Amino acid sequence: MFAYVSRRLIQSIFVMLTVSLLAFAMFRFVGDPIAVMVGQETSIEDQERLREQLGLNDPVIQQYGRFVSNLLTGEFGFSYRTRQPIGEMLLERAPATIELGIVSLLISLIVGIPAGIYTALRNDGFLSQTILITTLVGISIPTFVIGIFLIYLFGVQLGWLPTFGRGEVTEIGWWKSSFFSIKGLEALILPAITLGIYQLTLTMRLVRSEMQDVLNTDFIKFAVARGINYRSIHYHHALRNSMVPVITIIGLQFGGVIAFSIVTESVFQWPGMGLLFLESIRYVDIPVMAVYLVIIALVFVVINLIVDMLYFAIDPRVRLQPEAG
Amino acid sequence: MSLLLNVTDLTVEYPTRFGTFQAVKNLDIRLEQGEIHGLVGESGAGKSTIGQAIMGLIPNPGYIATGDIELNGESIRDLSQTQYHKLRGAKISMIFQDPQTSLNPLLTVEEQLVETIRQHSNVSYDDAFSKAVGLLEETGISDAKTRILEYPHQFSGGMRQRVVIALALCTEPDLIIADEPTTALDVAIQKQILDLIKHLAKKRSVGFILITHDIGVISEITDRVSVLRNGELQEVGPTRIVLQRPTNEYTKALMAAVPRLDKKLDRFANILDDEVQLSTPELLWKVDGASPEFASNWLLTGERHESDDKPVLDIQNLDVTYFKKGMFSFGNDEGFKALDDVSLSIPAGKVLGLIGESGSGKSTLAKSIVGLVRPSAGQIEFLGEALKFGKARSRQDATRRKIQMVFQDPYSSLNNRRKVEDIIGEPIRFFGLAKDAAEQRKIIASILELVEMPQRAMLKYPHQFSGGQRQRIAVARALVARPEFLICDEPTSALDVSIQAQILNLLKDLQAQFGLSILFISHNLAVVRQMADEVAVLKNGILVEKGEVESFFSGPKDPYSQLLLSETPSADF
Amino acid sequence: MMLEAWRRIKIENEFVYLFLANRVAQLAALVALICILGAVLAPLIAPSDPYDLATFDILDSFTPPAWSEGGNPQFIIGTDDQGRDLLSSIMYGMRLSLIIGVLSVTFAAIFGTAIGVAAGYLGGRFDTIVMRIADVQLSLPAILTALLVDGIARGLLPREQHEDLLLVVLSLAIGLSLWVNFARTARASTFVERNKEYVQAAEIIGLHPIRIMLVVILPNILSPLLVIGTVDLAVAILLEATLSFLGVGVPPNQPSLGTLIRIGTEYIFSGEWWIVIFPSFALIFLIISINVLGDFFRAYLNPRLR
Repeated sequence: MFAYVSRRLIQSIFVMLTVSLLAFAMFRFVGDPIAVMVGQETSIEDQERLREQLGLNDPVIQQYGRFVSNLLTGEFGFSYRTRQPIGEMLLERAPATIELGIVSLLISLIVGIPAGIYTALRNDGFLSQTILITTLVGISIPTFVIGIFLIYLFGVQLGWLPTFGRGEVTEIGWWKSSFFSIKGLEALILPAITLGIYQLTLTMRLVRSEMQDVLNTDFIKFAVARGINYRSIHYHHALRNSMVPVITIIGLQFGGVIAFSIVTESVFQWPGMGLLFLESIRYVDIPVMAVYLVIIALVFVVINLIVDMLYFAIDPRVRLQPEAG
Repeated sequence: MSLLLNVTDLTVEYPTRFGTFQAVKNLDIRLEQGEIHGLVGESGAGKSTIGQAIMGLIPNPGYIATGDIELNGESIRDLSQTQYHKLRGAKISMIFQDPQTSLNPLLTVEEQLVETIRQHSNVSYDDAFSKAVGLLEETGISDAKTRILEYPHQFSGGMRQRVVIALALCTEPDLIIADEPTTALDVAIQKQILDLIKHLAKKRSVGFILITHDIGVISEITDRVSVLRNGELQEVGPTRIVLQRPTNEYTKALMAAVPRLDKKLDRFANILDDEVQLSTPELLWKVDGASPEFASNWLLTGERHESDDKPVLDIQNLDVTYFKKGMFSFGNDEGFKALDDVSLSIPAGKVLGLIGESGSGKSTLAKSIVGLVRPSAGQIEFLGEALKFGKARSRQDATRRKIQMVFQDPYSSLNNRRKVEDIIGEPIRFFGLAKDAAEQRKIIASILELVEMPQRAMLKYPHQFSGGQRQRIAVARALVARPEFLICDEPTSALDVSIQAQILNLLKDLQAQFGLSILFISHNLAVVRQMADEVAVLKNGILVEKGEVESFFSGPKDPYSQLLLSETPSADF
Repeated sequence: MMLEAWRRIKIENEFVYLFLANRVAQLAALVALICILGAVLAPLIAPSDPYDLATFDILDSFTPPAWSEGGNPQFIIGTDDQGRDLLSSIMYGMRLSLIIGVLSVTFAAIFGTAIGVAAGYLGGRFDTIVMRIADVQLSLPAILTALLVDGIARGLLPREQHEDLLLVVLSLAIGLSLWVNFARTARASTFVERNKEYVQAAEIIGLHPIRIMLVVILPNILSPLLVIGTVDLAVAILLEATLSFLGVGVPPNQPSLGTLIRIGTEYIFSGEWWIVIFPSFALIFLIISINVLGDFFRAYLNPRLR
């Protein structure tokens, strides 16, 4: 157990170091930070003083070290564009993205997993084929087009649901939540569906193919030959085995949801981190881009660690392997 | 005894785009209670399909076209899927080939056994549990009370197959279909499992249908046997009679092709025709001047070591240690010793048979000689000169031409994306053995004919040939480098018996004609007996015995060799 | 004679046989063919040239499709906010999408396969390092990578240059976000092939490692790479459209499907639905047809899925 966890932990640290190196390189070498920070009229001497002050003349390694330790202590620096501290900007927008992400992930799992199981078990059924063709269409329609169609249908034609912003939010400390008012929930519906559909089709297709793989294994055939009832074969034997790889992908998907929220947030003018990132790209606001990159990577790494722990719980082959083996 | 199973006029068909394919044709099988009935045949004989038909589990889109299946006097052919499923486990059960894959890896043995028992009888969990423990003990698992709590991956291969048998038995079926139940196991374990099946059949008077390609297994435990070919029954009868006095032509040929453990034959006689019928234009296609005679002359020209009494290959105190490679393994790992202090020499012009079970290190030895594996200690001398190990051997080293190898699996040893001409031509090109392209073509065509393939084969891709034909191409590729030493690593273990006999004949002929020195590696004692002049036995990386072939087979000295010899199912008939 | 040969191919060639049996795949191939032809031949067959300011008139702007009220038969499916013929814009946009898609997939395929085969065959430290990098990259979704590369390029290049090099920058940005798929697949397949006996046979005689990788192994791992290539072409086109839609890809004066949809969204509330609907459907049809063909290839190469 300890060896397993520590090995994963070391790998995660490696990933984070690489990403932070990338972020640092962006921050330091894409454009001149000083030129962006100061106005045209600042003298060369003043610029040089500022450069010295900010430690930009130090050895690169030292600068990188400072960059990492700043990140660790939550010092994310300042935005070029708004001059605000990046940490505050992100914190303010994080709840919007996280809530949107969680709801759409839930949609994708609650619909995707049962649909995947169903289509795997009834491969040739009419409903199965219909679902499969729908999902092929689903992965082929770009997220933003889905969003636009939903806006057109429910916003413009039917006028049932709001099409931009978060509507009403309830403040719990600094966390602004959509969950506690009808208006907030209404505003959440379209963006969450938009973001969820792509993940849903992915989940469904994955569950289906894993389940089909498992149904083809010898141990399932043996279970059939022993006359175990089909309900148990499908839901006890097969489903459990197909969940092992599915969990990995679902872990990756959460990160995917956060990243894809960039598009959804743009379509619905949803005031989350994705919109912030998009603005930072448009205005070449490198520090915000760099920090966003690090944060997304961190989300991934943490989720992957959790997934590895889940593996440990589900699969006895991981749990009970000899320590040295 | 009463009739348990009566299959009459069974025909199983698969619609394919080439038309309807009959996997089993008008077959009859009768089985008494407690009888072990063998179904034997080569690949494509339809043996597994029969098992599936009885289980009611013919994979889509196959179906039973004609015939009837009666179990205990009642027809089960027209049962609905639901009724049939109730029968499975309760009346008929099955044992699969590979114990590695036939148990659910995420459930404990307890969960799997108890679930199966309670599926078919209305007993409490505790009763089912104690019955399960009892069954595991009966199938030879010691300490069953604690082991039942473990997961399948914590059992060894042989133990797992015992668990599989316990699972098949736990519902007390009348009939068990065992599809190649010992093929994935080593000889010693195979013997134990076969003994177990025999014991259970008698004690519980369960009928067994034992599907296998191995005549040895058939002769070891079956009461009666059906010989099948291409879905058709060739011959049926009591095992001893069918094996000893076959009346059918195919059965006779099959028996003649089985390598015998008790005596060495010069050649296998009465071999079946090659399976693929070649049309006349195929045979008429020739490269100018190409002929088997040209091939033999060409192979005998060129630089050659003058044969003397010295061994071709002399291995001294060879050690091979595998270290586990990992990102986070520091310091000196103990490693795993695949070969431990092995000394061996192969005399010029002779065949040394190297015997070993899986994991004995026999392939590691071959790989050390050809430079794919780097030994950690010891020395290999080839024609009196020390061979460089592993990557230290340069790509231009002369021994790369002089030592050639024929691999086990002809389906993986030929590159499917290259024409046969390019496959055989690669060594010629690489070693610069031909003056020009025309000569190269002539050599390739001639060599193909030497290994009894039509010259036109050079224009095709490997997937257009059967296993036996592929192995001939692989032999041609090894020969064309004009080797002085040939390593054959299980060259026939992936082939059917009749094809094996053909390839062994070919190797024998080539060895005699060109005086090749061969290291012949096999797990099959009978095959080694037919091929080798001398024998060496490897066990877990240690050489336990070496000696002259006849004296070895008449009286092996090492206990392990004795065990191997006694537990190999012999087709003495 | 020809007919006889065709009849034989129909039965013996598995690919042809399966394709003829699969109506959906045939339909997809037809749609893809129409899209590709329309894109390739756009300069020849498009009613007008959306790049040529002289050919369109702001007075024609917001003309609805020809069959609806106020339509003009000159503009079959209407015009956009600047009076450009929508059909021509879609054809040119498709052209741009396909060019960027093919360029970026080609780049990703060559780069990724080379690295994957080398990592799989050579193993050791090179493999460890490359695959760790791939893992890091995998933790960043494609859209994010493409956005980042594009953002960095904006930071490094002056504005005018960025627009000149747009095709290259976009292809590179998208290609860099896709190479990992190729690398991982190529590595996994190479890893399997490397241990097969035909590769050992080549190693024994002392063939050069480069020849082993290129001539011996590569042809054997092309099939799964082909599937990845098809799927990734759809992904690349989708990414390009998304970037353009987000306003960080193709600039609005060049008609790409993404920019057309972006323009269209500004007018869905005022009723000019055709500007957004037609480019959207063009994009969807293109991507669906590629995905269906990708699925077909996958099923063909993996018989168990059938």
